[in-house]
Amino acid sequence: MRDRTLWTAHLGAGGLILVFLGLHMAIMHLGLTGDGLGVPGDKAIDWASVALRAQSVFFAVTYVILVGATLYHGLYGLRNILLELNPGPALRKVIDVGLSVVGLALFAFGTWTALAAPGAATTVGG
Amino acid sequence: MADARPRTVTFRVRRFEPGRDERPRWEDHRVEVTPGMTVLDGLWKVKEQSAPSLAWRSSCRMGICGSCGMLIDGRPRLACNTQVAELGSEVVAVGPLPNFDIVKDLVPDLRPMFETHRDLRPYLLRDDTEEQDDPTREYWQSPHELEEYLQFSYCIKCGCCMAACPTVATDPHYAGPMPLAQAQRYDSDSRDAGFGERREVLSGGDGPWRCHFAGECSQVCPKGVDPAKAIQLMKRDLVFDLLRLRRRKPPAAVAEAPHGLPREGIPPAPPRTVPEG
Repeated sequence: MRDRTLWTAHLGAGGLILVFLGLHMAIMHLGLTGDGLGVPGDKAIDWASVALRAQSVFFAVTYVILVGATLYHGLYGLRNILLELNPGPALRKVIDVGLSVVGLALFAFGTWTALAAPGAATTVGG
Repeated sequence: MADARPRTVTFRVRRFEPGRDERPRWEDHRVEVTPGMTVLDGLWKVKEQSAPSLAWRSSCRMGICGSCGMLIDGRPRLACNTQVAELGSEVVAVGPLPNFDIVKDLVPDLRPMFETHRDLRPYLLRDDTEEQDDPTREYWQSPHELEEYLQFSYCIKCGCCMAACPTVATDPHYAGPMPLAQAQRYDSDSRDAGFGERREVLSGGDGPWRCHFAGECSQVCPKGVDPAKAIQLMKRDLVFDLLRLRRRKPPAAVAEAPHGLPREGIPPAPPRTVPEG
């Protein structure tokens, strides 16, 4: 039953990536936002725009969701590849625990980065 | 003027007897090809002429029984259903189906596949055992409901899909395309009520989740079944079930008696043609 749940979450994470990575690409490369934040759309990757987004709660939340979904989706895919190599039960456990620890550590780091960004942006931006 | 001499090809046959041979070896046998000759016919000629101890499994000679699955020119096929002429090569390489242990020569050990198949309970599961043991009428099913599983019921369990599956090749615990497609065949049958019981097996780590949709099983199936599609449909059903989105319908009921027809129950069986005992 556990694998069905994991696979369903994998699908869900894929859907979230589609939405939030799409949003990220639209903002960064198609210039769809900036005007709404007081920055011209064609300057989406300028420091001023980056700092402005870093102070927005909306963007902090989307970054955290994107980091979580991407980590889960990617690491679950890696787990599938590793399980195809037919590891024994002990090694299987090591893979599951190892990937979970790596995923959680990277997620914590990514979340901290997103949440610490407003202060950093203010400091660097002066 | 066309060359009237009979054409000959080389049958390169893989020989191996576990416990006696250290490793498999290839043997070459020249065989005269006649029009319409199948690989199975060629193997019989090889056995008659030069390799009497050559072993393989075959039965019906017409692509129905699924016994003669072999690796022919690098592709899993039925030997009885493959004409030598269609291969178009001077050397016909014949080996046992990969991904199985070898019993002898071209005979694969299909037991693991059939054990998994049995575990997935490939038959109608219903509560009305009395009706099933002593049927009064057929279960009602529309042509549309039949279409839901019809193509999967053409499977002859030859094992070609298992031999072609890259996941089975590396993960011996993976259920494999044949048992999974057959589980889906019954899960999608409107007369069946066994989804919940099969789900307990299918939702585990060795179920459809290991399939990464290489699609080789569907490519090689000699009966045109699409096991890869069955596995994707199974994943969808299991996910929808988890999310409480799967439509739950009671299994098809016993058909009502047709109006205006003097028909009572199942017609009696015709008289015996073979004496009893």
